[in-house]
Amino acid sequence: MNLEETIRIEGGRVLATLIRFAGDIHLAEDAVQDAVVAALGSWDTDGVPDNPAAWLTTTARRKALDRLRRESKRSVKEEEAIRLLDEAPPPDDGRDDRLRLIFTCSHPAIDPTSRVVLSLKTVCGLSAEEIAAVFLVKPGTMRQRLTRAKAKIRDAHIPYRVPEDHELPERLQAVLVTVNAVFTAGHHAARGSFDSRVDLSEEGIRLARLLVDLMPDESECQGLLALFLATHARREARTAADGEMVLLADQDRTLWDHAAIKEASALVDRALRRQRPGPFQIQAAIATLHGLAPSYDSTDWSQIVQLYRALERLQPSVVVRVNRAVAEGELAGPDVALDLLEGVESDWHLLWAARAEMYRKLGRLEESRRCLHRALSAEVNESDRALLEGRLVALASIES
Amino acid sequence: MPRYVALIYSAEADTPPSQEEWDTVMVEYNEFGAKAGAAGVVAGGEALHETSTATTIHVEGGKGGEVITVDGPYAETKEALGGFYLLDCADLDEALEWAALIPGAWHGYVEVRPCIDFG
Repeated sequence: MNLEETIRIEGGRVLATLIRFAGDIHLAEDAVQDAVVAALGSWDTDGVPDNPAAWLTTTARRKALDRLRRESKRSVKEEEAIRLLDEAPPPDDGRDDRLRLIFTCSHPAIDPTSRVVLSLKTVCGLSAEEIAAVFLVKPGTMRQRLTRAKAKIRDAHIPYRVPEDHELPERLQAVLVTVNAVFTAGHHAARGSFDSRVDLSEEGIRLARLLVDLMPDESECQGLLALFLATHARREARTAADGEMVLLADQDRTLWDHAAIKEASALVDRALRRQRPGPFQIQAAIATLHGLAPSYDSTDWSQIVQLYRALERLQPSVVVRVNRAVAEGELAGPDVALDLLEGVESDWHLLWAARAEMYRKLGRLEESRRCLHRALSAEVNESDRALLEGRLVALASIES
Repeated sequence: MPRYVALIYSAEADTPPSQEEWDTVMVEYNEFGAKAGAAGVVAGGEALHETSTATTIHVEGGKGGEVITVDGPYAETKEALGGFYLLDCADLDEALEWAALIPGAWHGYVEVRPCIDFG
């Protein structure tokens, strides 16, 4: 492993530990940065130490103390930080510190967008510039958002702790939602295609792996990781050579990452055996069933329909209803799907795209065309737009 | 220990509450006061007269300038500040737990703000 990789991997653990000692993300970041600069200097000549994380932690602690002592006016809080930094016990693998940090970054007192950004910064170690690039905002705007969130954690004393058991269901949910938002931002860029060297889907998978590692008894963590793996496994087949999106039915299944699907399937089995089903486990089970089907026609629709019904009971939403209707349609015909969408009101373009598809299958082409226009009038990203416009062209060719 | 202020907001009624309503709310507040007081969390607090009794002043043109006096609260909003508690808590989680026990949290809203420590 080269020096930069070592620093990126160990840096996250060291930062989490330092944040606990210093009680201040900003000071901890500066101190870890100082320690990294020192490491680049001395590791090059003396070689990488046996325990790089311990070396970085000790050095960063010393740098944090230096920084605190250099400041002439010290508040009670800083004295307390100095005491903690001085008394710090030898570092463990930073496991619990990272878990504390993930919960702090997803605290309900922080606004949901900032939770995602803060996790990418502190847990994944991405820079403000990298995060700004993937969210298509100016680096200055991103730095401001990060500064505000870090200041709130410090000034309002948002604690670094793993919630108690009785609080865990609610608080864990916020963490899972944050990590899911990281993954989904990579999977579905909000608008247009984006050009960035950071792959948010892979960062999401990294975070989910960390959660499974840190909380092996929480089956929803396994469900989340399995969902990501099974979804990400199809990425090569999702985009055609011309950059357009390929739908599940039309994908070349030899392009799928079958090793990842197998891992997802094993995770789902293990999670479901605990008999504490949750929305992420159910979605992972659906994604895995799609992944295991040798062809679209041989998909196990009856089981997928059962899973969508269970998901809708747990988490009713327009998105779940549309997905369920499509699956029920595959099993029982398009008129059944249309009945399920009866009365559903939303501007979500895929609701209208699903209706359009059902009408097309029933030969009601004029209604299908109207639904496609309705879908295109909503906010739609470029690849979905191309797909919907393609369907309009195809409809016209049937009609003529 | 960090200090927080819990600002209690609720809609001001056009008519004063009935004796019965008043008594119910007072029982709730006494219950909170006894519990938080016993835990040593409350560092202070007041209930305020309604915003029709408020006077807002502003010194125009910097220090020593003209004092502009206006009848009413600083901002006319549907929900008005009706009182506050000062709470000494270990962290925000503890402060939010106590804030959720203040009757104002179900009669209206409670905003929790950390106080600056000039220590």
